[in-house]
Amino acid sequence: MTILLYLIPVALFLGALGLAAFLWALKSGQYDDLEGAASRILFDEEPPSA
Amino acid sequence: MDGVQFCCRGCAGAFELIKGLGLGRYDERRSLTGVTQGARPEAAPVAADPSAWVVAEPDGTCRLSLMVDGLQCGACVWLIEQSLQREPGVRQARVSLSTRRLTLSWLKGAADPIALIDRVQRLGYRLVPFDPCLLQSADDGESKALLRAMAVAGFAAGNIMLLSVSVWAGHAEGMAAGTRDLFHWISALIAVPVIAYAGQPFFRSALQAIGNRRTNMDVPISLAVILAPAISLIETFRGGEHAYFDSAVTLLFFLLIGRYLDRRVRARARLAVEQLAALNATAATVVDDDGATRDLPPTSVQPGMRVLVSAGGRVPVDGVIESGASDLDLSILSGESVPVSRKAGDEVFAGAVNLTAPLRIVTRQSGAKTLLADIIGLMEAAEARRGRYVRIADRVARLYSPVVHSVALLTFLGWTLLGDMAWQPALLIAVAVLIITCPCALALAVPVVQVAASQRLMRSGILLKAGDALERLREVDYVVFDKTGTLTTGELRLLDNADPEALTIASAIAAGSRHPLARAIRRAAPRVAPKDGVREIAGSGLEFTDGAGTWRLGSHAFVGEADDGGDAQSLWLAGSDRPPVRFQFHDDFRPDGPAAIQRLRAMGCTVEICSGDRPAAVRAVATGLGIESWHGGMRPADKVAHLEQLRAAGRRVLMVGDGLNDAPALAAAQVSMAPATGTDVTQSAADIVFQGASLAAIPDVLALARTADRLMRQNLSLALVYNLAAVPLAMLGYVTPLIAALAMSSSSILVIANALRLGKMRLQ
Repeated sequence: MTILLYLIPVALFLGALGLAAFLWALKSGQYDDLEGAASRILFDEEPPSA
Repeated sequence: MDGVQFCCRGCAGAFELIKGLGLGRYDERRSLTGVTQGARPEAAPVAADPSAWVVAEPDGTCRLSLMVDGLQCGACVWLIEQSLQREPGVRQARVSLSTRRLTLSWLKGAADPIALIDRVQRLGYRLVPFDPCLLQSADDGESKALLRAMAVAGFAAGNIMLLSVSVWAGHAEGMAAGTRDLFHWISALIAVPVIAYAGQPFFRSALQAIGNRRTNMDVPISLAVILAPAISLIETFRGGEHAYFDSAVTLLFFLLIGRYLDRRVRARARLAVEQLAALNATAATVVDDDGATRDLPPTSVQPGMRVLVSAGGRVPVDGVIESGASDLDLSILSGESVPVSRKAGDEVFAGAVNLTAPLRIVTRQSGAKTLLADIIGLMEAAEARRGRYVRIADRVARLYSPVVHSVALLTFLGWTLLGDMAWQPALLIAVAVLIITCPCALALAVPVVQVAASQRLMRSGILLKAGDALERLREVDYVVFDKTGTLTTGELRLLDNADPEALTIASAIAAGSRHPLARAIRRAAPRVAPKDGVREIAGSGLEFTDGAGTWRLGSHAFVGEADDGGDAQSLWLAGSDRPPVRFQFHDDFRPDGPAAIQRLRAMGCTVEICSGDRPAAVRAVATGLGIESWHGGMRPADKVAHLEQLRAAGRRVLMVGDGLNDAPALAAAQVSMAPATGTDVTQSAADIVFQGASLAAIPDVLALARTADRLMRQNLSLALVYNLAAVPLAMLGYVTPLIAALAMSSSSILVIANALRLGKMRLQ
């Protein structure tokens, strides 16, 4: 059962990594405009040509 | 593109600009659903100097926040961002579709903010600079904090549940006590800081309630969420068998989800009110005594100052016309589509749009004292009053929480005093009672029905905005309709009996006018080439002189006809050598109006019309739809007063309206609905917004609300019965964490399954 001593911290660390990623996304404003984000994905990044 | 009709010059201009920029794909991206909002009557206004709002960063970047008026869909976002990013010097241009705000940053000196704003205004959007620090909704901190708490609680709930399932399996399989204790310790390490952090919204609300000597649902929640880990910690110290960390954290996670959704709905409503206040913020052109003009923010205009309003501009202050005569579109204040003519000596109000000729106005009131500001104030006050409504869940909580607390206390005292038990195990049993009675199913019973109902309504194009709208709607026994735009489509249509030859001439003359009646003529005969040299005579009509003589298109007085007392919705065309011809217009009823009103009556509701329009016009509509009770000529405050009277008489009123003048009444009514064609503000004031032309949505929603209410009550009873069955077990000390988790989830699933039956309900 000593394997648990490794497995549990590893699982917690991976979970915390996901949590940190979410908190970072929240902080960097990615949840500010949920409606706009839905259509923004359809815009191509066009190089300014005109 | 030849043969394309534009609704206004702004759209045509925008189209040219878009093509010129090579952004022609805008039209492919347009994804407008349903009916778009009416074209803004203003021509692109002159950009006010935004330098007061520009924030300069130390690295040489300048930042400016602007509100965008006229944003429709993702394509608008794309168009604005693309056209700005092509300007030299622009670092970033980002439009938020949810908040309708544009953040612009550029290199100091490399770009001119006025030119940038002008660029967007020429596309047909109006930009108003604002200070993000001064706006409540710009500070979205609370909603972000909830989301953070939710994420943290979710992370903890998942991990602790993983450990708990192992412990429960261990009970059956004979897990060693050491491993079990290790798992409890790890759970405790995760749970305690998480609860201290993520439970704060509930702790604060509970403390506030206790401070006011009241109790709400948050009091038992906070107690359970604090006591459960506390007693579990003691158990863990003692190497005990049971710990309730998972129950506490999972409960917290679910409750935070509900809290976050609720909070987002309310933030949206506030956003639109602020948008309206910003509309008021067009710069006012003040004429000094020496004849010089300068631009001032409307709030700094002092009473007595002279203000110039160009044709197409919005009136910035309340005042009296000193010189000039024009037609004014008062729809923002009265909700009526037919403009009124005003001349020197008449009163005008902030928010009105000047249609035909420049006006010089002597200011009486400005800023927060204008009629427009009054309407906003009226709406906010009415909304605050409505806060008195107590939701069914809170009413249950008021009875429920004292009972829960006394049962838990009784359990503890019973075991220690009568059962001669040590205080620790007795407390553990009391906490088990708190957890098993913790209003998890109760807290789900109502929101789950609301989610099911709002999804069912969404499929029929009906948007439920307020969480408790269905509860309030269930009791409705009185329906008040606005007339223009609600019972009718709000769009004037030429009656078919017009003489085709006269119509061709009238259409040619009317082409250049912004007057709604002239536009209706254009709609009836769009393929006529416009005439040049048409003169618009404010308050009267249009005049055109050609070789054959003078043509006049306008009011009965303008063409020399006697007033026959008919409704104002007619135009006359007179040539020099022919008798005047009359064009009559009609504001069409929405389809299904009579049927919808029949159904409302069958459901036991009284139907009434309250309109700001002339009484004669209101009577005509009332007779046409078979409604006996009607009121005409009502101002926004009159409507609110009327609704308050009805409320005092014990009626539960549903208000249906579309105009800005209805917004206070919508907020004052027990519950309110607005069509999706209404103004932004009306839609935000309303609890329910329905799309499409049919009024059948109103009885449909009412029927669904009554079904939903039945389901809520069933769910509440189910949850209560469940708790009643489980409480004796818990009091006797038979409830382990496993049983608590099973009881909590099975009762929740039962309640959710019951609510989902709503999705199958058929609307007529």
